[in-house]
Amino acid sequence: MSRLGNLYQSVIGKKAIVAVTGSIMIGFLLLHGWGNLKVFSGATAAGVPEVDVYADFLRTMGVPILPYGSALWIIRIVVLVSLILHVICVVQLARHNRKARPVHYKHARNFEEATLPARAMIYTGSIVVLFLGFHLAQFTVGGVGSAPFVQGDVYGNLYGAFQHPVYVALYVGVMAVIGIHLYHGAWSLFQTLGWDNPDRNKSLRMLSVALGVGIFLAFSAIPISFFSGEMNKPSLQHADTSSRSNK
Amino acid sequence: MELDAKIPEAPIEDMWNTHKEHMRLVGPRNRPHYKVIVVGTGLAGASAASSMAAMGYHVESFCFQDSPRRAHSIAAQGGINASKDYRNDGDSTYRLFYDTQKGGDYRSREANVWRLAELSTDIIDQAVAQGVPFAREYGGMLANRSFGGVLVERTFYCRGETGQQLLLGACSALANQIHAGGVIMHTRKEMLDVVIIEGRARGIVTRDLVTGALESHAADAVVLASGGYSNVYYLSTNAKGCNVTATWRAHKRGAGFANPCYNQIHPTCIPVSGEYQSKLTLMSESLRNDGRIWVPRQASDKRSPSDIPDAERYYYLEERYPRFGNLVPRDVASRNAKEVCDDGLGVGPSGLGVYLDFKDAIQDKGDDVIGSRYENLFEMYEKITGESPWNTPMRIFPAPHYTMGGLWVDYNLMSNLPGLFAVGEANFSDHGANRLGASSMMQCLADGYFIIPLTIGDYLSRYEYGDVDTSHPAFADAEREAKGRLDRMLSIQGSETVESLHRELGRVMWDHCGIARNAEGLKEAITKIPEIRDRFWNNLRITGSGAQLNQTLEHAGRLADFLEFSELMCRDALARNESAGCHFREEHQTKEGEAKRDDQNFSHVSVWEHQGTDNEPLMHKEPLSFEALPLAQRNYKT
Amino acid sequence: MNFTLRIWRQTDANTDGDLETYKVQDIEPTCSFLEMMDILNERLTERNVEPVAFDSDCREGICGMCSMVINGKPHGPKDGTTTCQLYMRHFEDGDEITIEPWRSAAFPVTRDLIVDRSAFDRIMQAGGYVTVHSGPKPEPNAIPIEPSIAEEALDAACCIGCGACVAACPNGAAMLYTSAKVSHLGLLPQGQPERFERVQKMVHQMEAEGFGSCRNYAECEAACPKEISIKFIGRMNRDFLKSTLILPNNPRGKMDSQ
Repeated sequence: MSRLGNLYQSVIGKKAIVAVTGSIMIGFLLLHGWGNLKVFSGATAAGVPEVDVYADFLRTMGVPILPYGSALWIIRIVVLVSLILHVICVVQLARHNRKARPVHYKHARNFEEATLPARAMIYTGSIVVLFLGFHLAQFTVGGVGSAPFVQGDVYGNLYGAFQHPVYVALYVGVMAVIGIHLYHGAWSLFQTLGWDNPDRNKSLRMLSVALGVGIFLAFSAIPISFFSGEMNKPSLQHADTSSRSNK
Repeated sequence: MELDAKIPEAPIEDMWNTHKEHMRLVGPRNRPHYKVIVVGTGLAGASAASSMAAMGYHVESFCFQDSPRRAHSIAAQGGINASKDYRNDGDSTYRLFYDTQKGGDYRSREANVWRLAELSTDIIDQAVAQGVPFAREYGGMLANRSFGGVLVERTFYCRGETGQQLLLGACSALANQIHAGGVIMHTRKEMLDVVIIEGRARGIVTRDLVTGALESHAADAVVLASGGYSNVYYLSTNAKGCNVTATWRAHKRGAGFANPCYNQIHPTCIPVSGEYQSKLTLMSESLRNDGRIWVPRQASDKRSPSDIPDAERYYYLEERYPRFGNLVPRDVASRNAKEVCDDGLGVGPSGLGVYLDFKDAIQDKGDDVIGSRYENLFEMYEKITGESPWNTPMRIFPAPHYTMGGLWVDYNLMSNLPGLFAVGEANFSDHGANRLGASSMMQCLADGYFIIPLTIGDYLSRYEYGDVDTSHPAFADAEREAKGRLDRMLSIQGSETVESLHRELGRVMWDHCGIARNAEGLKEAITKIPEIRDRFWNNLRITGSGAQLNQTLEHAGRLADFLEFSELMCRDALARNESAGCHFREEHQTKEGEAKRDDQNFSHVSVWEHQGTDNEPLMHKEPLSFEALPLAQRNYKT
Repeated sequence: MNFTLRIWRQTDANTDGDLETYKVQDIEPTCSFLEMMDILNERLTERNVEPVAFDSDCREGICGMCSMVINGKPHGPKDGTTTCQLYMRHFEDGDEITIEPWRSAAFPVTRDLIVDRSAFDRIMQAGGYVTVHSGPKPEPNAIPIEPSIAEEALDAACCIGCGACVAACPNGAAMLYTSAKVSHLGLLPQGQPERFERVQKMVHQMEAEGFGSCRNYAECEAACPKEISIKFIGRMNRDFLKSTLILPNNPRGKMDSQ
């Protein structure tokens, strides 16, 4: 543990923590995005949307070795801890950096290499954190947003929410922000962990562009599709959702 | 003044070893009690300070820059010689000794030169062990290139920044010792005087350049590694801050100044572009390996160089010196450049320049080879002039670069004042009347890494340690004198600036004591210099006070010493009524216009003793003997 | 050419400073930037105004002493040059030029445009060396070094310690400097025995001096007069993380009993 403590004590170590937790969250996003795309997979023979099946899988994963739902909680905790560490380290580093450069130049600064996404990391990151609260309230806990929330009925919940242009705009907008955050963040983590070098740099840069754009496209396809009417209304014969079948 | 060179009694090839074996030593437990001051952190100073501290001596190191790494050794470009014979071309200690002695036109002390050649290989070993990234061949072996004045390839290099890499090596050793507590480092402190007590050097007085505070530092010995005095010309390849103050102050306290007139004018520098110019930039001499030097055959030919056909180009070095061609020693190359320009063949807007052309080399060897050798030098030239040597020949002209003269030292590198040592460019020892390329760093590091750490022990062991501290009245006196000088300069409040007076001195020196000298000109300079000095002391303007960071005051102090020193330089040049190496007296030349020595009357080191500001200095002679290498007329033609 | 200069003037570390405006006239385009400053200072002296204090020494781009932020960019608008290698032909006649000192908490202003960069020296003192005494050494060709390795080490070692990387970094970080120094020795066989101890000591000293952290902006690389690559930062990070997380914490511990 003292090694991790030493790591945390040092500025480079904190950066590494930011990089590692960032990559955990990227991994989560990829998983999340892959699952979400199942909304386009239609429904099973029983008429259950594939995405709901997937949602159920997340809870039954690991059973019977793990109790029902615990694997999902493990993932949630890992991601949450990553997020908290990511934010704490970033905030501490930002304060450290402000102290390191107390006086600013009088002449306006012309950045040469630092891209706008790189300089906006703290802002894009903050937007994502705020959004995350809302997102969880809307689709995990429920109670926020206009549509009635039904646990397990992922498809229905999505459909309900994305009939409203405000939510569609919000989600598409925030996905763009996440894409921008990842454009710098994904490349940056390789540099921070020392895996970047001139031979690989171009590929890593392309990878981070692909990741940023890919995440944006994958996630914003869903609200847009629901809103544009591309997607079917939720089926009425959904097995587990009694409230829906009453309608 | 007693001048005993203390040359060991032994055949020349055994001299250094015999001397080492018979030297007195200080035991490891006693070394921390002895305190040694080292002034300057260039190659000689940094290597001396770190080596002595590593042995256990208590060292205090001083530099006027903000970091030891900025000393001007950092700017040495081309390389460092060592007789490793990696190229299997017959190199040996003798051959390096021979080349250095011959290059110096037989005006150096044989014993010292031999030792230098002998230690040259150890320097490379030492530097590599420190992590100096010398150029390597494909197989991983150290690479070599050739350099002016020799017929073997023995120069080790790191691109065009060998000096920086060697100094970083020496400074890393210094940093190690600072961290370990062996060296106390004082940056931004300039030495203003040396303190002599009962005939021994016992400390220095410094000025803190940030606060202006004068401070005394006592020690058991003082080592000056303060570099050369080329800035007496105002324009030189030296850094702006390089100065003669440390050695001149030592001279005024009784140390002999040897051969001040020997100063090298480097042949490959970028020509002057205007009155405002503050320094001249050297282009590495290695350029002469592949570049061909020429001027138009026809005077004031204003055509662009590419329009001048080969037949109308005068490759004067190749024609005049078929064996060495463009690789003749520096003094010969410089003088020839001056001659062709005097004949009106010079190129560029000022007419003071010659072409250094890479067209043929690029054609023969290809872009890659030339690029790998000179790319950074080409870039540097283009940055300064806005012209690319890939497309058009460089223009070059000689500029003051290195001073072979310096404090007189014996075989132990100690001056005639016991306890006052001088190493590197600050002493006079190894280069005679002309220094060969890639040998200054060799000398600095030989002095610092291998010689002074031993010889200082031989001196220190003869005395009790720490028997003087700064409470001795001599320190207070020296501080008072230094303060008096500063106050006097500040109080003048005249109308002339330090820069303008320095430029004026530089012009006088360049005109009368430059590449070629004659009695008449030197006498004129000796009357002109006191006149400038008078104006300095009566009409100088310095703003601000002495109790602050005041760069004008720093410069003024250095100029005050140059104004006294320059006169000695001219007197020495006048007294040396012969031509030797870089000291070219127009009265003494062969029919072909080569330097003509007068071995009968001038086979000696001229050592000057200060006799007070108002009296003419007194010259002493250290006779030179030539046993290992008999005297011969220097000949680079056949 | 004529210029309007806005120059930071500050008496000493403890006094507040501000920009002052000066006009300089009749400057030749072939004049270097520092020579233009010399001319300004000479004219100020003639007018009995204290000249602007600025650092410079070699004036050929190798000593690393000159340090001016010109129009917001360390060492001015031209890439791969130090301030002393900048010429007035790189500016337009009539330009207004703002000149400020390096800005970083670790580089306090000493006077006008001069800052105290001794923090860099302390980073070097913490571990920027191969521990080796002067004296006889093994034959250097006994350890062949691949030329590409020697060249890469030299790419790092060509750092002139000017501090432009710190001045350019919005966080005042010294990562490029420290990583260049760490990598120079870390790449060479001679630097291997102390490689990981060195990176620990130098990074800790760097942090203790109050330099900021790296945000991978690469502004340092853009400002570096020697164009040193940020790849060395990645390299240093790797060595640092490896030695923090994997390698023995106290490699010298085993030597205590000897």
